[in-house]
Amino acid sequence: MEAKTRSKVLDWLDERLQVQVALSFLAKKVVPLHRHSIWYYFGGMALFLFSVQVVTGILLLLYYRPTAEAAFESVQFIVTEVRFGWLIRSIHSWSANLMVAVLFVHMLSVFLLKAYRKPRELTWVTGVLLFFCVLGFGFSGYLLPWNTLAFFATKVGTELVNTVPVVGQPLLIFLRGGEDVTGATLTRFFGFHVAVLPMLTALVLALHLLMVQFQGMSVPPSMQGQEDRMKKMPFFPNFLLRDALGWLVALGLLAALAAVFPWELGVKADPFAPAPAGIKPEWYFMFMFQTLKLAPSHILFLEGEMVVFLFFGLCGLGLILVPFLDVWSRRGERSPLFTAAGILMIVYIATMTAVGYLVKVG
Amino acid sequence: MKQLILCVLAALFLATPALAEKKDTCVSCHRDLDGEMAAPVQGMQGDVHAQYGLSCADCHGGDPTQEDMEASMDPRRGYRGAPTVEQIPEFCGTCHADAATIRKFKPGLRVDQLELYWTSVHGQQHQKGDWKVAQCVSCHGVHGILPGSDPRSPVYPTNVPRTCARCHSDAGLMAGYRIPTDQFDKYRTSVHGRPLLEKGVRGAPACNDCHGNHGAAPPGVSSVSNVCGQCHPVNSELLKQSPHQKPFEEMGVAACESCHGNHGIQRPTDDMLGAEEGSACTSCHERGSRGHQAAEAMRGAVDGLKAKRDAAEALILRAEQAGMEVSQAKFDLNEVGNALTKARASVHAFSLVKLEETVKEGEGLADGTRRKGEQAIAELQFRRKGLGVSLVIILGVAVALFFKIREMDRRRGLR
Amino acid sequence: MAHGEGLLNGRPAGGRRRFLNWALGGGAVGLAGSVFYPILQFVLPPRLSEAVLASVVAGKVGELAPNTGKIFKFGSKPGLLVRLPSGEYKAFSAVCSHLQCTVQYRGDLSQIWCACHNGHFNLNGEVLSGPPPAPLEAYSVAVRGDEIVVSKA
Repeated sequence: MEAKTRSKVLDWLDERLQVQVALSFLAKKVVPLHRHSIWYYFGGMALFLFSVQVVTGILLLLYYRPTAEAAFESVQFIVTEVRFGWLIRSIHSWSANLMVAVLFVHMLSVFLLKAYRKPRELTWVTGVLLFFCVLGFGFSGYLLPWNTLAFFATKVGTELVNTVPVVGQPLLIFLRGGEDVTGATLTRFFGFHVAVLPMLTALVLALHLLMVQFQGMSVPPSMQGQEDRMKKMPFFPNFLLRDALGWLVALGLLAALAAVFPWELGVKADPFAPAPAGIKPEWYFMFMFQTLKLAPSHILFLEGEMVVFLFFGLCGLGLILVPFLDVWSRRGERSPLFTAAGILMIVYIATMTAVGYLVKVG
Repeated sequence: MKQLILCVLAALFLATPALAEKKDTCVSCHRDLDGEMAAPVQGMQGDVHAQYGLSCADCHGGDPTQEDMEASMDPRRGYRGAPTVEQIPEFCGTCHADAATIRKFKPGLRVDQLELYWTSVHGQQHQKGDWKVAQCVSCHGVHGILPGSDPRSPVYPTNVPRTCARCHSDAGLMAGYRIPTDQFDKYRTSVHGRPLLEKGVRGAPACNDCHGNHGAAPPGVSSVSNVCGQCHPVNSELLKQSPHQKPFEEMGVAACESCHGNHGIQRPTDDMLGAEEGSACTSCHERGSRGHQAAEAMRGAVDGLKAKRDAAEALILRAEQAGMEVSQAKFDLNEVGNALTKARASVHAFSLVKLEETVKEGEGLADGTRRKGEQAIAELQFRRKGLGVSLVIILGVAVALFFKIREMDRRRGLR
Repeated sequence: MAHGEGLLNGRPAGGRRRFLNWALGGGAVGLAGSVFYPILQFVLPPRLSEAVLASVVAGKVGELAPNTGKIFKFGSKPGLLVRLPSGEYKAFSAVCSHLQCTVQYRGDLSQIWCACHNGHFNLNGEVLSGPPPAPLEAYSVAVRGDEIVVSKA
């Protein structure tokens, strides 16, 4: 009975949108099984967590007020008066962090497995752009509760933009909506967080996902020769069910975190109060922040901070261009240099993050 | 011809104001002199008396219409010259002690300043021939006097302490009077001086609020309680009915001052109460005495209430920062704070029984508030139970899914 | 393929498969419920409809006799509602600007008074005498139906 209804619906749609073509294409989607197949789960996990963010974010949007006078109070309201508001808010905050963590894993695993090789260069490029979008989400969203921590973290974070030559100052004013961090900054960040970034992300994500579907899963360079002999798992339903199991575990984890470690309200931001000791950015910016703190005041004739900033800028650019820079992979050869670079990146980020939290520097 | 007449009339018309302008030769002459002789002219430009149309001759006499110096400053035309220090009070009093005169200019102004002055220590010393003491000019200035309501005036409330200190902090000037000269230094660090001098808070007392203005004299020992009681009536009343009142009277101890000081009064702390070294109580009550024991017990009671208040506040703050709804609890906490303030005030009744009544009331409120805080924290715990339920569901689905995966795998021959 | 294990043509017996499907389906429904229930509760507005407490019902018409006052709760702070002898209403923050004691209305003086240190305020909230350094914050009052609504001016 249900099969008949199903095919009736499909026929109706197919007559108008040719869905059967897409469906039969997707039905053939397979996932190669090998030693590194586990990393295939992380993209989907990131997508799931992003969906959680979209849903909880829209829900929060029903009550949140993006002005300096009411932002903190509105979050307090959500968390104290709205039914299950505490749950939605804490899930949103925790899922943001989980998503960034998963994205780091996804990006670094793709990098080390060199999945950016032809023909997947643009998939990589869109992926890196998505990564920047997510960092933007994280930075803009962090200010929205308008508590002391958020206020000063934003102040310090945006201050660093000043070190960029020429465009630094105008960029700072653009970001802050003025010279200082004020209610104008809040409203602006809110606009970025709920309109600009979602739109950008949606577009780039659509491209990214489309390309992944078209091109299928890549296998590590060392296994390329054996690809035809590899066991393949159909995506629908086998791999997807496994994905779903992972998502289920993530959901449970989020609920547990929300209930056992609820996200704090903090104290309402007071722009005139002195900055509290030990302001830290969110953990995913810590490695950059720590590098800046350790930078000497001058390197050659340039300001230390500016050099670090430019260095990270170059790294970002380099990251986007990896598929084009890795000439060895382009030629189909092994690329130990880039593998080493990837491992170095991981070690550096991990070390700097740890230092930021454990060592009291300055 | 008509034009000529018009011109002449116009010229006369324009000239009339100039012709009608009052001639004041005192001003026009002294203005062009040097230093000390010209100073009064500049000063008088802002003087309150000038605003009422009064000028040099109205106080000093003489004829301001005369160009000739000897004619204008002629004693036969009423010229009195500058008064000596001895003459100053009566000099100002010619107008300022005469109700009929003052009524013509500012009916609301008092006319008893001179009378009060003679009752003051300054006035009495003046009558004995001591010309060093303050008289009208010392505080109000002479040419360029501003009304007391003008913030630039030396007798504007926030300027009063410095004005008094001009003499009273001058050790050289005050030598021989056998009174200290550290009052201003003490006052400016005090709980009265700092709001007045640093923040301009007009409610804080300056020298004149306790000592009087024109009738300035230190309050007598028995009147100190009343003087402080002007603003602190609750404490003053309690003290008068307390067991301290009679002994203080008999021993000639100035009530409030004996514990709080006079000029350098600091914000009282709980440390002033009790049996510890350095408390106000131990300066009279010896170890083992009933008073000593009472002091210790009273301090204990206040400390107990404070501790309960602090504990409740910390709990509620914790709950609030975790995101719990605690506005009712915070509202009630205000009342606990009030109770603590009342308790501290009721210490002045020096009765353990009375204090314990107030403290008990406050502790009841604190307990209620603390319970509300605990409820808020408990709600946090309750959510974990709800979590447990949803995790069970998730686990159930996960297990079923796991088996489904295995089944699917078998179907596709992946196992 | 061994029958003994309940396998038929490489698949688990129909019964087991059906049970699994029902278990999974039921569990999924339960899960969906435990996800959608909080979301549904969330989108229904709570009793207190606004975040920033801008106004509060301080009392009912007829509750206060002329020349009397009452303390009401404004957020977490006390407020004072006064009914003047003329019948009209005024409202202020009841937090004394001196040491934050709660003030009260004195009908015998037609003034607002703080018992802690004898601070007197007039019916504009201005300090008349005593240690308070600043006036009481005035709130605006509106009578809506039979409710007296006080809001921040």
